[in-house]
Amino acid sequence: MTRIHDMGGRFGDGPVNPEVDEPVFKEDWHARALAVTLAAGALGQWNIDISRHSRERLPAADYARFSYYEKWIKALANLLVENGILSHEDIAGKGSKDPHPLAERAMKAENVPTALRRGGPADRPSDVEQIFQIGQRIRTRRPTANHLVDGGHTRLPAYAAGAEGVILMHHGAHVLPDSNAHGLGEAPEPLYTVVFAASELWANAENPKDEVTLDLWQSYLEPA
Amino acid sequence: MPHDHAHDDPAHTLLPSDPALAVKALETVLSDKGLIEPGALDAIIDTYENDIGPKNGAAVVAKAWVDDGFREALLQDATETVRALGYYGRQGEHMVAVVNTPETHNMVVCTLCSCYPWPLLGIPPGWYKSDAYRSRAVREPRKVLAEFGVTLPEDTAVRVWDSTAEVRYLVIPMRPEGTEGMSEEELAALVTRDSMIGTGLAKVPS
Repeated sequence: MTRIHDMGGRFGDGPVNPEVDEPVFKEDWHARALAVTLAAGALGQWNIDISRHSRERLPAADYARFSYYEKWIKALANLLVENGILSHEDIAGKGSKDPHPLAERAMKAENVPTALRRGGPADRPSDVEQIFQIGQRIRTRRPTANHLVDGGHTRLPAYAAGAEGVILMHHGAHVLPDSNAHGLGEAPEPLYTVVFAASELWANAENPKDEVTLDLWQSYLEPA
Repeated sequence: MPHDHAHDDPAHTLLPSDPALAVKALETVLSDKGLIEPGALDAIIDTYENDIGPKNGAAVVAKAWVDDGFREALLQDATETVRALGYYGRQGEHMVAVVNTPETHNMVVCTLCSCYPWPLLGIPPGWYKSDAYRSRAVREPRKVLAEFGVTLPEDTAVRVWDSTAEVRYLVIPMRPEGTEGMSEEELAALVTRDSMIGTGLAKVPS
């Protein structure tokens, strides 16, 4: 019911290896990969949820094998073709070099600071009524799944499916990734931060006092 | 779309397998067609290498340590409070600040991808995006903290924030002892990137 990116709680990954004085970009191509991805996104042909989903949809073996920015660049190639911006021939380096119809939308160097400062807020007005209050006990749906598209994008991790927690914060209504990632509209609905006891999520929590919080949309939740 | 056996594989398989060459190939194609401007790429890279980084978050933390009014405002509405200092933008549109105390230690992760408060901390370090951190931070935060050289008392609760939406979290580490009378600027120098993710503590002045 889930994909390889949904790895919270998984065993077998070995130690975290923090690096002292790591540069912002370890390799020049990491920096180029990030910049190409942001500049291509500025063409306005997809949203952040579609972009995330494109990385998650990489074949599982590739997702596991690719380094971080390798996932970005390979997923970007797929997005460009799926959205009809580039052809397979273009990706293979055998396409035409004629100016593209979208070229007038290309991000200009002088607009970069403004574009990065502007960001893209996800809160929206919504008619969906807030039905949970801070302090209320809820249960997350189980199994985790996109209810609009089978196998589609969702943001309830498998490790927190079917778990009982307490509403900690309400953030207003936010764009629903399950819909927005599939071009089905923004469908904003109330977003909450929910706190779970670690012992509710794990067979052998490290400490009875420990907790995990997640940001979850209203449709992922039911009263406990 | 007509069926074409040559196109059954995802498009990414047509890029060079070497990732550095794959980036170059895609950049070249997009640039040839006028879809990206190399100068814009340089400007994006320069912004994140030089302008937007953990020094922004450190300034916020230092101010929260010395200014109770600012601290209150930060806890009430972090987005607007840090925006007033000029820190807003991509991947920082909805900010929440969480405060470490002797009772509770906060730590941030994104198990599903790599969500991180860019306007305050810049681009996330490699370990934050690693499978090991993403998989383990939620299940065994204390073992992960030990790998960063941090050991917490048993009676301190650990609260791990999994960033599953567009809300981004900034940890306000505890102010070290022996820092009374220090200026905001001196204090900011004690605030490490990791202390604002919750995998480290603020530095003790030497």
